[in-house]
Amino acid sequence: MVPEATFTSYSGLPVVKASPWKADIPAYMFFGGMAAGSSLLAAGGDLTGRPALRRAGRFTALIGLSATMATLVHDLGRPGRFLNMLRTAKLTSPMSVGTWILSTYGPIAGVAAAAELVDMLPERRVPALFRLVSAVGRPAGFVAALTAPPVAAYTAVLLSDTATPSWHEAYRELPFVFVGSAAAAAGGVGMLAVPPDQAGPARRMAVGGAVLELVAEQRMESSMGITAEPLHQGKAGRWMRASKALTITGALGSLLGGRSRPVAAVSGAALVAGSVCTRFGIFEAGQQSARDPKYTVVPQRERLDRGEPTRYRG
Amino acid sequence: MIGKTSLFGPVNPARDAGYDDPPARKGFFTDTSICIGCKACEVACKEWNEVPDNGFDMLGMSYDNTGSLNANSWRHVAFVEQPARPTAPPVDLGMPTLLHDGVADDGQQTTVAGEDRPDFRWLMSSDVCKHCTHAACLDVCPTGSLFRTEFGTVVVQDDICNGCGYCVPACPYGVIERRERPEAAKNVGIAQKCTLCYDRLGAGMTPACAQACPTQSIQFGDVDELRERAKQRVEALQAGGVTDARLYGADPEDGVGGAGAFFLLLDEPEVYGLPPDPVVTTRDLPHMYQRAVVAAGALLLGAVLSFLERRS
Ligand code: SF4
Repeated sequence: MVPEATFTSYSGLPVVKASPWKADIPAYMFFGGMAAGSSLLAAGGDLTGRPALRRAGRFTALIGLSATMATLVHDLGRPGRFLNMLRTAKLTSPMSVGTWILSTYGPIAGVAAAAELVDMLPERRVPALFRLVSAVGRPAGFVAALTAPPVAAYTAVLLSDTATPSWHEAYRELPFVFVGSAAAAAGGVGMLAVPPDQAGPARRMAVGGAVLELVAEQRMESSMGITAEPLHQGKAGRWMRASKALTITGALGSLLGGRSRPVAAVSGAALVAGSVCTRFGIFEAGQQSARDPKYTVVPQRERLDRGEPTRYRG
Repeated sequence: MIGKTSLFGPVNPARDAGYDDPPARKGFFTDTSICIGCKACEVACKEWNEVPDNGFDMLGMSYDNTGSLNANSWRHVAFVEQPARPTAPPVDLGMPTLLHDGVADDGQQTTVAGEDRPDFRWLMSSDVCKHCTHAACLDVCPTGSLFRTEFGTVVVQDDICNGCGYCVPACPYGVIERRERPEAAKNVGIAQKCTLCYDRLGAGMTPACAQACPTQSIQFGDVDELRERAKQRVEALQAGGVTDARLYGADPEDGVGGAGAFFLLLDEPEVYGLPPDPVVTTRDLPHMYQRAVVAAGALLLGAVLSFLERRS
């Protein structure tokens, strides 16, 4: 047992401020991840002659994409000023970088989904513009897949680039947890929406993502020191436990019974739910760590007591 | 304009932000050893900057009913009541003295023998935005609303901020906040904090809090000169037996590249609600991006692998 850390604070008040973000932000991270993974599955489905996988992937990407935009704007204190994000591009701001990543990926993934819709129209009634959309669907799908991975990965940097103890200290492994979670969610949707004979890649992506997420999360916790505690406490703890249970169940289900439609559907749903729980769990853990001065003061005090204050060295 | 120390390390922030020939960097030296807890700074700040009220709550924390720096409190006087410590003989803290019959009070009057001394001591400290050399709030702002002024200070442009809230968790001192109340107040939904009275500085005036401080606990001036003054002050106090005296935020090689607003404290920083060893989060940003790029690559590779058939 690690002894309970003692520390001083000002009337037990927090030192750093918790973000003002609500459910929008973890939802945003989930939808972005799901969209990104789905674009990858769609492109692969297109290349390997799996039309059902392609179609489901493109539509899921569109749904995820629309949800990310909605949550991103809704989260602002002044939603009407969303476009101010686009008046500058700043490398030091992961939110600026992320907005540009999304602005690149979004329209392309949107075109790919639109092409899918056009192709579902009855042949003779398609206007010229629609035919154009249909023609660029394929390249758009490939470009979307290439621009998708940053969408899934940058949200980890978004959280880590803060003074929120449990987000910042997680920065080494969090991107891997998040891309794993994205792959698990996208694979899960694929298993839900695509007949098992075309869903092989979705199953493999789901299982691979789940394993990556679980392993990276474990390593993350051991590198976080005391700031790993909030991941096991309160609301965050409940989300994280649910996430683990759902992800393991979903992965096992896909491995063992993924070729049966009902098992695939249940496993896929479990993986999607698991991904949601991961995002909310990590989000909440950060919020909790910011509200308790312990997680800010103790690691810093320990540095000082070791005689290692943070100092610039050439 | 990206130099070796743009994210971490000593730098002139105005120059680093692209000003060719900026005026001297301005800041505060808050000497808490002579703070009397009058809150004149809090009031003057509210008045001058039209900062709305934050509700009128009795917090039950000594004389502190402000609680923290936040969107509606840009100066915050902390009150700490501590058991008295065994100290060296009392020293003159350099408080303004009273005149008795034209003779300066030499301080002996209040220096009562052992048993009459109160069994606790007051710590009072007026906290404020540190106007960090490396300001995380400014770094992470996606709209450019937070900007570096020619005086090296950090200011929010109310008309550009879209209220994304990113600066709030980024600040290592918990200073900046999105204004959520009162409902009808101006700038609700927008990040708010001390501007070091940017408007007054532009007119060659002293910021409102420093102007109002009756004991010169809050001193305003050129950061270089203030650092020098702070050094002398802490040495004088130490020499006088106040061994607890220490500077906080005055070192340009610390985790935020030195604060533009720094402090003389009489106890550990965390006693006042300050982080003991704050670091600007963007110091680690290059490493974070690196990890994210590798993770993104892993996702792409994983997707490709998912499509490789094991044909039986
Ligand atoms: S103290 Fe916080 S709000 Fe003030 S400049 Fe530094 S990071 Fe920004």
